[in-house]
Amino acid sequence: MNIIVCIKRVPDSEGRIAVGGDGASVDTQGVKFVLNPYDEFAVEEALKLKEAAGEGAVTVMTLGGDDSKETLRTALAMGADQAVLLKGKPSIDGLGTAEKLAEAIGGREYDLVLFGKQAIDDDNLQVPAMVAELLGVPSATVVVSLDVTGKDVKAEREVEGGHEIVEFELPAVVAAQKGLNEPRYASLKGIMAAKKKPLEEVDVGDAESRLEVIQVMNPPERSAGEIVGEGADAVPELVRKLREEAKVL
Amino acid sequence: MSILAFAEQRGGALRQAASETVTAGRTLADAMGVELTAVLLGPPSIASESEKLGRFGADRILLGRDDAYTEYVPRVYVDALVHAANDLEPKVILFPASALGKDLAPRVAARLKAGLASDCTEVRVEDGRIVAVRPAYGGKVYVTVAFKGEPAVLSIRPRAYMTEESPRDAEVNALSAQPDPSQALTKVQMAEGAAKERPDVAEAEIIVAGGRGLQEAEKWSLLEDLADALGPGTALGASRAVVDAGWRPHDEQVGQTGKVVSPPLYFAIGISGAIQHLAGMRTAKCIVAVNKDPEAPIFKAADYGIVGDVFEVVPRLTEEIRKLRSEA
Repeated sequence: MNIIVCIKRVPDSEGRIAVGGDGASVDTQGVKFVLNPYDEFAVEEALKLKEAAGEGAVTVMTLGGDDSKETLRTALAMGADQAVLLKGKPSIDGLGTAEKLAEAIGGREYDLVLFGKQAIDDDNLQVPAMVAELLGVPSATVVVSLDVTGKDVKAEREVEGGHEIVEFELPAVVAAQKGLNEPRYASLKGIMAAKKKPLEEVDVGDAESRLEVIQVMNPPERSAGEIVGEGADAVPELVRKLREEAKVL
Repeated sequence: MSILAFAEQRGGALRQAASETVTAGRTLADAMGVELTAVLLGPPSIASESEKLGRFGADRILLGRDDAYTEYVPRVYVDALVHAANDLEPKVILFPASALGKDLAPRVAARLKAGLASDCTEVRVEDGRIVAVRPAYGGKVYVTVAFKGEPAVLSIRPRAYMTEESPRDAEVNALSAQPDPSQALTKVQMAEGAAKERPDVAEAEIIVAGGRGLQEAEKWSLLEDLADALGPGTALGASRAVVDAGWRPHDEQVGQTGKVVSPPLYFAIGISGAIQHLAGMRTAKCIVAVNKDPEAPIFKAADYGIVGDVFEVVPRLTEEIRKLRSEA
């Protein structure tokens, strides 16, 4: 089974995000970058499926600059076989990025394309479904359980208040939600091996943005409210305040 | 010239997301001086729901009644919306940023080769351009974006637009395209027994969220009791730590790798307030924190706090709320 996993380099979720000097970008100086957390589930799922099939290859792919090589190596260290860096700038909205990825994927042999359900920087949650539309293949997004038997796929996706079961055939696109699996850690051996695995670079140019960013702002700090009191005895006063001051009860 | 708003139904009934999307569409249509058309796809019985859309401000309703529209099947829905868009040539197409809308909007945008702004908290017109505000980085920043072309496709974050009535006699027209289920690439059904009684955390009026301070999964019965006392619009939420520990399902997680929420009332019980959690709930109207550590960062974001043992404070809170609700 040949699987392509599309990944992205993003700022670590533990860090603060500062606004750039132009007021319309994010200041990335000193920021720690990681493999997008949702993409870890996608890489893990690809490795599990390949191991179960006993044949095929896992290719990790990203659209980005040279600094994305580090992210590709992280996925190679987890166990992916090869990496493709599409050199170019991702778009503000998802479609330009999806067009670049779909073009690159369409020219390769694949059974399954995996994504994380969203990148935790832009939070667009657009690219996987767009790539599926552009490739004209079936897909499921926000997937928490995946079962592949031959060409038949059964995916469970998260919706409000429950799960939806979606059935389709390969080739297909699937976007992983947290809970799909437990991503493995890269072993020292894996990290050493990753350095020697093939990393192909293709110049694809910058993706077309159909949106432009006018302003980036940190939300206003919430001012600390009041400590109503200590212990259970403070509860009646809290309830009174919620009812009479805040008017939320 | 018009605005198209997608009205979401499930099980033949409009969802809250439908009235919020139509409300957002009405606000924008008034600002632009154009008509608002709501698109409603559903089973044959859906016709009775359509008049509600007029109440929230739709001038016209484009109705697709067919068994093929009962469940959300991406290809069938996308075909219907692309058909409607090609017919009406709208300047703006609005979706809810619900589970369905987040899947459908990108597909429609891809087919129309249009830009999409996801999960917007505000949409407005500035110098003739459609401008939207949306949270990114899990709510750590808010980004204002402008569309370069038309149509502008947007998904609206749940609870960003509170439903407002703006009644009118909406004209109902049948969607001229017929669904073709044979074109569907996927087969969809709801998983059995998975349906929850409580609303989704992203759509709830009140959230009772718990963290590591609860000490173990079994203690969630305390939060369930509190949620029950608060009423049916209350959802349970969880910090990343307790989801990672397997105490709670992921769909309850609030924060950067979970859901970004803005309910009128948020209870943070035994949650210390890690930066990625705060980013996900800081736009709640009123935040109440209960934590035994007076230095916990959550108190810096909370409107009201009680320093104390959650196992003493929460049962008392449940009792007081019950009392209040029985008086009402």
